[in-house]
Amino acid sequence: MAFTLGFHIILVPFGVAFTFLMLVANYRGIRRGDADALLLARRWSKVAAVLFAVGAVSGTVLSFELGLLWPGLMGRFGAAYGIPFAIEGIFFFIEAIFVAIYIYGWDRLSPWAHFWSGVPVTVAGLGGTASVVAANAWMNQPGGITMRAGRVVGVDVWAVVFNGAFWYEMLHMFLAAYIVAGFVVAGVYAAGMLKGRRNRYHRVGFLVAFTTAAVVMPVQIFVGDVAAREVFKHEPAKFAAIETLPHTGTHVPETLGGVLVNGKVRYGLKIPDGASLLSGLRSSTRVEGLDAIPAAVRPAARLVNIVHLAFDVMVGTGFALLGLSTWFGFVWWRRRDLPRTRWFLRACTLAGVLSIVALKSGWIVTEVGRQPWTVRGLLLTRDAVTTSGNVWAFFAGALVIYAAVGSAAVLVLRGMRKRWAASGDAAVDVPYGPNAGDIAAEARP
Amino acid sequence: MTTVVAIGLLLGVIAYALFGGADFGAGFWDLTAGGAERGRRPRALMDHAIGPVWEANHTWLIYCLVVVWTGFPAAFAAIMTTLYLPLGFAVLGIVVRGSGFAFRKVIVHTDYQRVNGAAFALSSVITPFFFGTVIGGIASGRVPAAGHGDSIRSWVNPSSLLTGGLAIAICAYLAAVFLTVDAQRGGEQDLQQWSRRRAWIAAWLAGALAVADLAVSHHDAHRLFTHLTGRALPLTIISALAGALALALMHRGSPRLIRTLAGVAVAALVAGWGVAQYPYLLGTHTSFTDAAAPTSSLTALVVVFAAAAVIVAPSITLLYRLQQRGQLESG
Repeated sequence: MAFTLGFHIILVPFGVAFTFLMLVANYRGIRRGDADALLLARRWSKVAAVLFAVGAVSGTVLSFELGLLWPGLMGRFGAAYGIPFAIEGIFFFIEAIFVAIYIYGWDRLSPWAHFWSGVPVTVAGLGGTASVVAANAWMNQPGGITMRAGRVVGVDVWAVVFNGAFWYEMLHMFLAAYIVAGFVVAGVYAAGMLKGRRNRYHRVGFLVAFTTAAVVMPVQIFVGDVAAREVFKHEPAKFAAIETLPHTGTHVPETLGGVLVNGKVRYGLKIPDGASLLSGLRSSTRVEGLDAIPAAVRPAARLVNIVHLAFDVMVGTGFALLGLSTWFGFVWWRRRDLPRTRWFLRACTLAGVLSIVALKSGWIVTEVGRQPWTVRGLLLTRDAVTTSGNVWAFFAGALVIYAAVGSAAVLVLRGMRKRWAASGDAAVDVPYGPNAGDIAAEARP
Repeated sequence: MTTVVAIGLLLGVIAYALFGGADFGAGFWDLTAGGAERGRRPRALMDHAIGPVWEANHTWLIYCLVVVWTGFPAAFAAIMTTLYLPLGFAVLGIVVRGSGFAFRKVIVHTDYQRVNGAAFALSSVITPFFFGTVIGGIASGRVPAAGHGDSIRSWVNPSSLLTGGLAIAICAYLAAVFLTVDAQRGGEQDLQQWSRRRAWIAAWLAGALAVADLAVSHHDAHRLFTHLTGRALPLTIISALAGALALALMHRGSPRLIRTLAGVAVAALVAGWGVAQYPYLLGTHTSFTDAAAPTSSLTALVVVFAAAAVIVAPSITLLYRLQQRGQLESG
C-alpha cells in the first residue's frame, strides 16, 4: 500500500499542476502569438496524457487496495472515511473527461475554446487533491463521527471533510504539487540547455515551469511552518517524533539530524530553545516528549528516527530550493535574464530530483508519524490491515508490476522526445488523442 | 434512503457493464483478431472506437467501489476479505490493461507493440471474467456477513465460473455490435461483416451461458432463481428480446437503434439480477439495511449522486458528441 501510494503521489503533481503549466504556455501562445509556447503546450499535453493514463490506473488500484489490504479501516470507518472519496470521484470524472477533450481538441476547437476546455482539468485537479487530502487529514484528526459499541452510528459530513487538519494539509500538498511539477519540468529543460540546446523553445519551457515553482516556494515554507505548529497543537505524538524528543519539557532545543538510541538523542546538532521557539514562539513553551505517550502506543525508536530524519530532509531540501529560487529571482530582477553560470542550470537539474525527495519525505512524516495508529486514537494499524491471504505476495506482485509500468512510462516518454526531435509532432500518437493517420487525412485538402 | 443508494449502486453497475463492457469486449476481439497483418484493420477500428472515451468509461468502476465502501462499509469489508483472490486478479488485469492502452499508441516498434497489445487484449478478458466470478460468489451467498469466507470456493463454483464466462460473452457481444455500427458508418463492407459474424457468435454464447447460469442457480441460489423467474421475469424477457432484435436489425436498422437495443439487452440483464436479489446485498443473509452506513453518510452519497448528475452528465455528453463529430470528419 505504502509503495503504491508512493508511486501514485509522484504522479499527482503532474495531474494537478503540470496541466496548469500547460495552460500557462497555452495562454501565452495564443495571447502573444508565441509559436514556441504553443508547441510546448501541445507537447506537454501529450506527456500529461500518458502520465494521466498511468495515474488513473494506479489510482484505481489504490481504491481496490483500500479494501484488499485495509478491510479493518474501510469496514469500520468507511461510512465517514469514504465520503471524501465519493466527492473525489466527481472531480476525477471531470478531469478524465476534460483531459480527453483537451487532447482531442487541438486544431479541432477554436484556440480559445480549446484553452477553456483545459481549465476544468486544473480546477478538478485542485478539487481532487483537496478531497483525497481530506481523507488523509481525517486519519490524523478524526472528527465528525459518533461511535457506539465500536460501530460508527452517526456521521457529520461537514466535520469529516473539513476536519481539523484539512486546511493546512490540503494547502501544503497542493503547493507541493506545483513545486514538484515546476522544478521537474524546469530540470528537464535545464538539462537540455546544458547539452547546448539553447534555443528560445527551451528557454520558454524553462521559464514557465521554474517561475511557477519559484513563486510558490516561499509560500510553501510559510504554510509548512503553520502546519508544523498545528501538528504541535493537535498531534503531540507526531510532533515529539518530528523533534525526536524523549522527554517533555520547556526550553527544548531544535535537533538537526541525530538519532534516538536507547532513549537518548545522539549525534544531532542542537540549537538551544529552537523547538520551543518555533512551536510556541517563546523559549518557555512546553513541548510534550515521547514519554507523554502511553507506553502501549508509543512508537518504536526506529520509527521516531525515520520521522525525524524525513522531516529534516524535507525542510533542508525546501530551504535549498528556496535558495535557488531567490538566486534566480535576484538575477532576473537585475537583468531580466537567467544567471549565466552553468552551475545554475546544473542546480536546476538537481532541483527536480530534490523536490521529489522533499515531497516523499513530507509524506513519510505524516504517515509514519501517525504510527502505531491508522486512524489516530481510534484504530491501530495492526487492526486495520488484512489478515486474509498473503499480504506479502500481493505486495510483491504490486511491486513487480509498478516497476514495469514505471520504467515503461519513462521509456515511452523518452521515445516521444526522440521522435519529436526526429520527425515532428504529427508522428506521435497519444492516449485519448486521434490517430496520427487521422490527423494526416484531415490535413489533406 | 438505503434503497435510493442501492438503486444508485445498481445504476453504477449497469453503466460499468455497458461502457466498460464494450471496452473489454473490444480487447477480446483484439486478442482474437489474428496476426499482425490480418488483424491490423480490425484493430485500427477498435482503437478508433474506444480511444478518447477510455478513461471516462472506467470511472464507473471507481464509482461503484466508492458507493459500496461508503454506503455499505461492513459488506465491503466482507467482500474484500473473502473474494480477495479474484479481485486481486481483476486489479492486475486493470493495471496491465490500462498501461498497455496508454503505451500502445505511443510505441512505434512493432515488436514492442505486439507485446503491449497482447497484454492489453489478454487482460481485457481476465478482468471481466474475475469480476463475473465475484458477482457469482456474492449472488450465491458465498460471502459470509463477517467476511473471511472460503478464499477459493467462494469463487471457484458453478455459479461464479458461469457468471465469469457470461461476463466475457456480454462484453464481446456489446463490442461486436458497436464495432459493426462503426464500420457501417465508415462504409467498410468487409469489416462490417467481420464484426457482425462475431456479434452473432457472442450473442448465442451469452444466451446459452445465461440459461445455464439460471439453471445452476436453481440448486445453487434458489431464492435468486425464484425471483429471476418471478418478479424479475419481465426484465429477463426484455433482455432476450432486445438482444435478439438488435441482431435481426443489424443489416438495415439505424445505428442508433441497434446500439440502443444492444444496450437495453445488457442493462435489463443486470437490472434483472439486481431486482431478483433485492433486498439482499450478500446472498440471502445480509440485506442492504443490515450493511448500511448511518443515514447522514447515505444522504451525503445521494447529494454526491445529484451533483454528479448535474455536473458530469453534460460534460460526458460533450465528450461523446465531440468524438462522434471528429469521427465524421476523419471518415
